[in-house]
This record gives sequence, C-alpha cells and structure tokens, in this order.
Amino acid sequence: MDSSSSGASADNEPSSPPAGVPGPGSGHRSSVKVGVLLSRVRVEEKWLFEALDKRGVDYDRLDDREVEFNLADPGAWRKYDVVLERSLSFGRGLYALQVLNQWGIATVNRAAVAATCGDKLATSAALQAAGVPQPAVRVAFTPEAALAAIEAMGYPVVLKPVVGSWGRLVSKVNDRESAEALLEHREVLGNYQQQIYYIQEYITKPGRDIRVFVVGGEAIAAIYRSSPHWITNTARGGVGSNCPVTPELSALSLATAAAVGGGVLALDVLEDSERGFLINEVNHTMEFHSSVSATGVDIPGKIIDYTLTVGQAAREAR
Amino acid sequence: MNALCPECEASLQLKDVLTGEIIVCPDCGVDLEVTAVAPALALALAPKEAEDWGE
Repeated sequence: MDSSSSGASADNEPSSPPAGVPGPGSGHRSSVKVGVLLSRVRVEEKWLFEALDKRGVDYDRLDDREVEFNLADPGAWRKYDVVLERSLSFGRGLYALQVLNQWGIATVNRAAVAATCGDKLATSAALQAAGVPQPAVRVAFTPEAALAAIEAMGYPVVLKPVVGSWGRLVSKVNDRESAEALLEHREVLGNYQQQIYYIQEYITKPGRDIRVFVVGGEAIAAIYRSSPHWITNTARGGVGSNCPVTPELSALSLATAAAVGGGVLALDVLEDSERGFLINEVNHTMEFHSSVSATGVDIPGKIIDYTLTVGQAAREAR
Repeated sequence: MNALCPECEASLQLKDVLTGEIIVCPDCGVDLEVTAVAPALALALAPKEAEDWGE
C-alpha cells in the first residue's frame, strides 16, 4: 500500500500540506454538516481532518466497520449535507454511496462514479463511449477465449483483474506460455471476478507514467511516477515528481473526468510515442500524500472545498 | 502515551496518534490499529488487507 502506515517512532509525523489554503471563515460553508466514511486514518485522512478543522466545519468520522443502513429510514444519516467517502474497501464504499444517494444524500464521489471507476471494464467502456484515448482493451470470459483475444492483440499484453488496486495481480504477458500459465492460475483463484479476463494493450512507457488529480472540473495537479519497473504505482515503489499540467493534459483530464461522471478523481495517464496521452485508469478514492510534497498543491484543501461546495448545494436544494 | 504491542508485548511510546491510525510495531513489525487514545492508548492487530482494498 501507499506506505499509509507510520512507524511507531517519535518523529513519524507527516509534514503538513503547504500553506495558502483558504482559511477558516469561508462564511456560510461552516454550516454544512459533513460525514467522512473511512476504514483507516492514513496520512490522507489526517490532512483531510486538518482541512476540515481549519475551515471550522462540523464533521463526523464514520468507521465503515460500524455503520449500518436501514433502507426505509435514513435516521441519523439525515443530518449530513454531504458524505465524503474514503473507504479502503471498494465494496463498502460503493454500497454505502448507493444507499446514501438513494436517500438523496449528496456524496463525494457519487455512487455512479464509484461504480464506473472501481471496475476497469466499466471505466474503459465509459472512456470508449466518450471518445477518450486509451490503450486497446479486449474482454473474454473463459481462458480459451482470453487466449484467442491475447493472440489476436499480439504480445506483450497486460492482464488485469477488473476490480483491484495498488497494482495487485496486474500481469504483463510476454508470450503464449506465460499467457497459458497465468490464465490457468486465474481460473483457480476463488473470486469469480478473476474469471473476467480484462486484456489491455501493453504501452511502452518512458520509465514513468502521469497521475493527474481532478477536483470538481479542474485539473489541480499532476505528478510523474517513475520506476524502473513497468508497474509505476507509488504503492509499489514508484517515485513521484511534479508534472506540469499543460493545456493539453488538462483538457484530456477534464474530458476523462466528465466521461466517468466527475468529482474527485485521480487519472493514470500513459505516454505513447505515437498516440500521445492515453488514459490507463481512473481512481475515485485516491491516495495523494506523496503528491502534495511533489507538487506543492494543497490537494486535501481542494478536496474539502469541493466537498463543501457539494454539501452547500445539497443543503440549499432541500 | 504508552501501550503494549498485542503481538509481542513490546512497550510502544506514541505521540499525536488518532483513533483509526495504523502504526507498525518497531519490535515485531506487525501492523497495529490505534483503537482508542483516551482515557488510555489501546492497540489491536490491524485488519488484514482485503482483495477489494485500494484507492
């Protein structure tokens, strides 16, 4: 994981996000009641709490192991103008958002966005429908059909679970023998989702990829994630450095965000020597602590400001 | 604040931790969750990473 655990030594405090955030006293916003649904308090959550505190916001921490929902009666959930979902579990986060949205409670992100971004095939379908450039993708439901699809694409390809994160079980398939071995392994893995074979064209990257942070219709920051390994996730040892958000990168990022429904998103972008930027994945509950120091952008502050804007609109609509 | 690691019983000294935070026992390396900070610091073994965890 993205080094979310801190050591038990005395000087393990994360550095604070940069100053320059709109301070407290943003007026009317402080009346918005916020719920933060979470699993663990990572550095990200600490910074989000700090940003909430700085703005004098009334908020509750909601542990996803303790919450329950009566579909017929929102009960105490009614008090929230907006719920910020930071669950580590895709399933818990998604189902909580579905119930909250069904009650009419605003969330960041919306359930439909989580459903699209949490599933790589749903993401690819949304990007395809919107004409957003991405690596070629094929899908098959049996090892035999998957092998045929892989051979038709040509080696190497990338085989990914449709649901999963932090680069888990993402495999580069270099030849027919490794394809057969990987497909056989996937067949015996317990989860039925492992038998949905999502096959993606392998893009030769320049030793890095780009992560762009989009918050409410603005591409606020981007980092290069560099690694000698072809998997560049910072959760897997990729190192972050600032990447300028050019007008081209910004426009593509906003088109991508719109394609999946918008909100608070982190886009993984590949650079292809011929086709330029290609969207690889879109994350809806992103980690960002290494990006704050790399870019100097107050990402948690921007997330909270956007959440308060959503909450304020929901409050006024009641 | 002091508490014992529930895995190896090492005495851990922690400051400025929040309930729900994950720390690593410097002695045995196990992931621990801070389950309470008041009235006393309490630690438990952290939940194991699940297949659908991520960002």
